[in-house]
Amino acid sequence: MTSVSLPRELAVPARAAESGRDRTYWLRKRLESAIIPLFALLIAAAAFSVFLICLGKWPSDFFALVWRGAFGSAFSLQNTLLRAAPLLLTALCVALPAQLGLVVIGGEGAVVLGGLAAAAVAPLVAGLPPAAVQILMGLAGCAVGAAWIGLVGLMRARRGLNETIVSLLMAYIAIAIFNHLVEGPLRDPASLNKPSTRDIGEINMLGHLPGTDVHPGLLIGILACVLFYILIYRTSFGFAARVTGGNLRAAQLQGLPVAGLIIIACALGGACAGLAGTIEVAAVHGKANASLAAGYGYAGILIAFLARQNPLAIIPMSLLLGGITAAGGIVQRRMGLPDATMLVLQGMIFISILASQTLYGRITWFQPRKSA
Amino acid sequence: MRAIGVEAAGVTKRFGAFTALDDVSLKVRPGTVHALLGENGAGKSTFVKCLLGYYRADSGDFVIGDRQEAIAQPQDADRLGLGMVYQHFTLVPSMSAAENLVMARADVPRVIAWKAERKRLGEFMSRMPFKIPLDIALGMLAAGERQKAEILKQLYLQRRVIVLDEPTSTLTPQEAEDVLNLMRELATSGELTIIIITHKLKEVMAFADEVTVLRRGRMAGGGKVGELTAIDMTTMMIGAAHEPGTLTRSGDPEAAARLTIRDLRSLGDHGRAGLDIAALDVRPHEILGIAGVSGNGQRELMEVLGGQRPPTGGEIRVADRSYHARRNEMHALGVRLLPEEPLRNACAPGMSVIANLNLRTFDRTDNGARRFWLDRRRMAERGRTMIEMFGIRTPSPDAPIGALSGGNVQRSVLARELDGDVEVLIVANPCFGLDVKAVAEIRARIVAARNAGTAMLLISADLDELLELSDRIVVMCEGKIVYETPGTGADAHEIGRHMAGHA
Repeated sequence: MTSVSLPRELAVPARAAESGRDRTYWLRKRLESAIIPLFALLIAAAAFSVFLICLGKWPSDFFALVWRGAFGSAFSLQNTLLRAAPLLLTALCVALPAQLGLVVIGGEGAVVLGGLAAAAVAPLVAGLPPAAVQILMGLAGCAVGAAWIGLVGLMRARRGLNETIVSLLMAYIAIAIFNHLVEGPLRDPASLNKPSTRDIGEINMLGHLPGTDVHPGLLIGILACVLFYILIYRTSFGFAARVTGGNLRAAQLQGLPVAGLIIIACALGGACAGLAGTIEVAAVHGKANASLAAGYGYAGILIAFLARQNPLAIIPMSLLLGGITAAGGIVQRRMGLPDATMLVLQGMIFISILASQTLYGRITWFQPRKSA
Repeated sequence: MRAIGVEAAGVTKRFGAFTALDDVSLKVRPGTVHALLGENGAGKSTFVKCLLGYYRADSGDFVIGDRQEAIAQPQDADRLGLGMVYQHFTLVPSMSAAENLVMARADVPRVIAWKAERKRLGEFMSRMPFKIPLDIALGMLAAGERQKAEILKQLYLQRRVIVLDEPTSTLTPQEAEDVLNLMRELATSGELTIIIITHKLKEVMAFADEVTVLRRGRMAGGGKVGELTAIDMTTMMIGAAHEPGTLTRSGDPEAAARLTIRDLRSLGDHGRAGLDIAALDVRPHEILGIAGVSGNGQRELMEVLGGQRPPTGGEIRVADRSYHARRNEMHALGVRLLPEEPLRNACAPGMSVIANLNLRTFDRTDNGARRFWLDRRRMAERGRTMIEMFGIRTPSPDAPIGALSGGNVQRSVLARELDGDVEVLIVANPCFGLDVKAVAEIRARIVAARNAGTAMLLISADLDELLELSDRIVVMCEGKIVYETPGTGADAHEIGRHMAGHA
């Protein structure tokens, strides 16, 4: 055995005064990641207010209306939650690979193919009890999504292809495949104006949470966010992924299976996006058609960045963005603002949050304090 | 005489509550080599940054030549003829030396008449004591040549005072001697005044006329080099008499090799030779030193052993079992690696000190079985023990490791990799850029590991370090092992000849 014992004089214990004196650092570190995004939101709101004033509108009216339209009544709150549900999952499709330092922006591809797989599976197993049909649909959606984004990871890990470009291009391919199948082999002959697959059947739909109009997809999304938070921060898999994202060379030096981690993280993200597509089919549309490519995959990128790739932070950010979209209609009607106004607000929030990333580590008060 | 003198009076620089320089005064006479000696964090860099206009001193004056000058920005230093050669390369690696030199001029014309420039460059180069290829992208050159290009650039800009920051850390002994001799000649001939920042007492003794020693931002002493002994200077640097070289290796190397390398080949970067090692054996209780000019396959060897570069052929065995740098093998066979530049190669800079101290063990229980859930309490406990045992100075165990000083990052990686049973340890340039105290401590820990029975491969660009620590030394040149000698009684010049490829 070659346990290394050190000569006594070499084990120099650090004096307490020199090390670990900063006892509130952990708290300030957490505050930093809460206060900076809030500050960025305030800046975005201020900038948007200037925009409104230029249009001759009162910002106070606007924000009051957004509040009413997004969270002010049971109806508007449910509307917000409905819109937030798929975003939770598509944001995870960005946030999981991001732990390894990858920027995957092609979640839309996994959403449409996952939804299509679910819609294609339902008629094949129509005889089974609804719960079984739903589970099989979910599995099919997850598997196809996982395979699609997993393929992106595979190309990154084995051939060094840029995952951002590959995933984006693959999203276009996915949508082309989707259109081909929905308008061709899988088309329900009865769908005349809007080509769709066959209906999955009313009985197989996901229904609503008791006492609301909100479907269970919301709960699935929140659950997924919590689970993946635990996976990333409490398991050795997540730790290995974060090390890889933090420094690829260090991860290799520790013998971590970097290629495997990349492929698995991408596949898990893809499974989430595929599940988002499945839920849209099983809870909202009842079939797969062009409505599935509604841009949830792309909105997910926005949310993941707003949440700084933290799965728990995805939950409030999805609600915020869901709320803004939900309030869009009422704001446009009441204030006579153009259609694109809400997109302007979204854009301002996005830019402001991205710019605020440069503040991390810059504000001395949040940093670890060296003893003088 | 073109060279001018530099005088600083009462220079003080504060960063917030921290005083980096406290009332430092020194006088550099024109046409001399002046060494600025001190440990890491002693304020050497802060001082020259004030001199060169990168920082603004809070109080104090500089006299350049015979006039008091306010140096508020780098352009002012430029105008006064002050230049600096940095420890890290600052030339553009994708451009040739010619392009780099012309571009560095303050008066680059909008359209460059290359023909005329080339002619002038040719004349300039013919006056220079060493040559570098003008037309090859600098990134393709070895570190020593790039260092020369950096010095050439300062000469090309017709500086009158040049500050060199650790100029020899990337050079072979011969190259270092060349460069320092050249600097000396330039100073003696009255062309230049030279300020050298260094840790190496030997260089101060051999090449400097005068020395100023800084400790914790204050003047700790100085004077004519001829009138001081090495012990005097060490005492000034670290504040107490310091005995160099008290390392004792105990226990003879065992007969059977623990790490064996056969016919190992790999590709190299940027057209450099890859690895081509016919046979290399390291035995328990042995430090095998690998000498060589940087860029002759040392990095490739480290990367292959660390799983960062796939080999193209050959075999590595540890304790008679095949080794492919996988995590399971590293754990089972007790293989540890300490690469150079630990922050870039062995740490996740944004993660906490605790997390980085646990990189090797986060997925294992204490008896080595795989675990899925992190044991965060145990990780914190292990981390705190290591912080205490190795004297790692960190404001908080949760602080990102990237915020620590170089010596403390190296201590952290050492703490992590020396923990537990170490059968094979592969180390590269462990003391690069560290101060005297940290160097002594780290070398002692390395020897302690060897004495405990570790088989150790020590790759180093510092021949003195290899001569001090190794049981056996081999020389690498263009990816091959070209020379082998026992460590005791090894001839530094013979090694140097093989390093340079003149065997």
